[in-house]
Amino acid sequence: MPRYFAYNPKAMCLAVPVKVVFIEGDEAETEIGGVRRRVSVALTPEVKVGDYVLLHTGYAIGVVDEVEAKETLKLFEEIIKLSEVH
Amino acid sequence: MEQAMNDTILLAHGSGGKLSHALVEKKFLPLLTNPLLDKLDDSAVFEASGRLSFTTDSYVVDPIFFPGGDIGKLAVCGTVNDLSMNGAKPLYLSLSVIIEEGLLIADLERLVQSIKAAADEAQVDIITGDTKVVNQGQADKLFINTSGIGIIPAGIDISGANAKAGDRVILSGTIGDHGIAIMSQREGLRFETLLESDCAPLNKLVAQMVEACPNIHCLRDPTRGGLATTLNEFAQQSNVGIVVEEDKIPVKKEVKAACELLGFDPIHVANEGKLVAIVEPDDANKVLAQMKQNCYGRDAAIIGEVTNDYLGRVIMKTRLGPSRIIDMLSGELLPRIC
Amino acid sequence: MKFIDEYQNSELAKKLAQRIAGLSVRSIRLMEFCGGHTHAIMRYGIRQLLPETIEMKSGPGCPVCVTAIGDLDKAIALSHSPGVIITTFGDMMRVPGSYSSLQQARAEGANIRIVYSTMDALEIAKASPEKSVIFIGIGFETTAPTIAASIVKAEREGIENFYVLSFLKLTPPVIKALLGLGEVKLDGIIGPGHVCVITGSHPYEFIPEKYGVAYVISGFEPLDILLSINKLVEQLETDSPRVEIAYRRGVKPEGNRKALELMNQVFEIDSADWRGIGIVPQSGLKISKEYRHFDANDAFSGLLRSACNDRPAREPKGCRCGDVVRGAATPPECKLFRTACTPEKPVGPCMVSSEGACSAYYQYGFL
Repeated sequence: MPRYFAYNPKAMCLAVPVKVVFIEGDEAETEIGGVRRRVSVALTPEVKVGDYVLLHTGYAIGVVDEVEAKETLKLFEEIIKLSEVH
Repeated sequence: MEQAMNDTILLAHGSGGKLSHALVEKKFLPLLTNPLLDKLDDSAVFEASGRLSFTTDSYVVDPIFFPGGDIGKLAVCGTVNDLSMNGAKPLYLSLSVIIEEGLLIADLERLVQSIKAAADEAQVDIITGDTKVVNQGQADKLFINTSGIGIIPAGIDISGANAKAGDRVILSGTIGDHGIAIMSQREGLRFETLLESDCAPLNKLVAQMVEACPNIHCLRDPTRGGLATTLNEFAQQSNVGIVVEEDKIPVKKEVKAACELLGFDPIHVANEGKLVAIVEPDDANKVLAQMKQNCYGRDAAIIGEVTNDYLGRVIMKTRLGPSRIIDMLSGELLPRIC
Repeated sequence: MKFIDEYQNSELAKKLAQRIAGLSVRSIRLMEFCGGHTHAIMRYGIRQLLPETIEMKSGPGCPVCVTAIGDLDKAIALSHSPGVIITTFGDMMRVPGSYSSLQQARAEGANIRIVYSTMDALEIAKASPEKSVIFIGIGFETTAPTIAASIVKAEREGIENFYVLSFLKLTPPVIKALLGLGEVKLDGIIGPGHVCVITGSHPYEFIPEKYGVAYVISGFEPLDILLSINKLVEQLETDSPRVEIAYRRGVKPEGNRKALELMNQVFEIDSADWRGIGIVPQSGLKISKEYRHFDANDAFSGLLRSACNDRPAREPKGCRCGDVVRGAATPPECKLFRTACTPEKPVGPCMVSSEGACSAYYQYGFL
């Protein structure tokens, strides 16, 4: 099937966080917002089903650290609270 | 001859001879039958008076079958909608197909079924047609052209040049569905819930809107180039500014996700079953209520208004607060989206 | 969408912006290295939320924009060779080379296919064993391991008609070159979040240590960017420039070990030609000897040499992409911006690439 790629700001730098639902060898089935896509996990051999990975040009480049993600959101809240005190 | 008919389209099917006639009589006529078409004269003859509107469109969408529709349904809905956007009641369509040798006859049958279903829903008749066949490789499966004639009731004046400061901008539903349904087929994305093209005939919706409010200023369906392009066309034609709010524009969560993955902005993605209306401020709620009663206007929303500032431009108040200018789609269009 | 929606909260964004305004006393100049950050900053109107004390400059983090025009000419030359299928990321298609473009070459009959992933290129190679499938390898450290993985996979599966023309580039050396150049005085840099998922934070320690410039590695959602600017301002107001990871859910100090291993296995460091900057030593990746049979530079050396000799590379007249990628000019300062150079008729790569500064400025005008 011909592939057309008109306008893709995400092609080079950016990566999208997707959830791993199924792993088979060095490929995985992933999901985001109800959309599914098959990706390579050759770069993230430690990945488990249920993990979120950062997807870049068809490859998972890293596993999202959910603990750190929560910490970052907490950090936002703290920063806001601090600024309100002043 | 019966054997050949059961498999694929041959060059002879377009030559005007026996095979051609058999194709028309067995595959097109039975489904699309109506008194004018059945005559099979060189042209269809009918009477009509009043202000007529006339439009034409060619359809080259790839792939020809996609979730929510196919090139046949698109060919009917697209032309019906173009007529409707001037307030016309669609009357008749022509149907012209250019087929690549080798197309499965079963696929052609499926498409004619779709064409019939769409024409029935829109209550239009296809009264004249043409079939050509070209060598393998000279067309991609098939291309369709439909032209349409409609009648505009007296007292209706809907045009892109009619927008006035203070008018409200109403969008009939979620944007980006068609373009994403097509692109996801091409890019191998799948959806957990069914994400389909929104391809639909909007003439009944328009008729209901016009009945509730004969004084609608503008109507357009945001096809290629998406919502952003249509709003810019209005702004330029009417020489006004248009301000919309990002938060008010309805987008399905799957479309948002697919746009993240594919790198598109929903406001630039094609729609085939949506419309944008510009109405006077006092009419807005009435028109909106009417739209919500139609299945194709279920998710309708007021997304913005027309101003005397930023003439010729479209401004969007973004989620975070700052307002930015939104342009027509520039750069590469999504190829063969309709 | 998880890990996206939470980082787009508009209330939090406003508060973070207010905090920046409260903290920021000195006038400072920050550079966002990555084209993806330029795009996000433009799209979300981040500049409009910042106080006047902060000036933002765009950097060279757009692989399409920094590919030397002579290198693009090489890809175009190869595309005309019968028996060759060129596979490339979409953005490269419309960049004008010295005499032509990949898009023009395709219209003239060259076999060029746009792919989303090197996996697609491998599939094309498997499907057409009689053709030579060449992948145009542009990108930074985010893309390099994906190309390395595809070469390793090709080796494992015995795919012999797959080649890579590597124009891969490394980010620490070019940052060093820019800071060394001193053309644009920078106080802080917003570091490329996804490059750093691969490299980790250690390779950037020279930035505060040698140049006293603050360096905060950022994610790409609006709250990520605002958080990073908060941290940069904090560092600068307290005279304590250092490397900090704001994008903690994605970046570890040691990076992605497996990806770095694969890169080391398949590539060697070489010098690279950066458009607008010139040759930067040790800033590029070429395919190592062990995987030489996948190197298009090697397999097609004759063709490439004659292409170079026949027609020398030349820059388009009046194009200031070079100045833009160094942060020395903003797109509106280029006379061709919006006049002779538009997305429909681009003169240089910055207007073509959707990570280019010029296309971001063109698309996202703010009031």
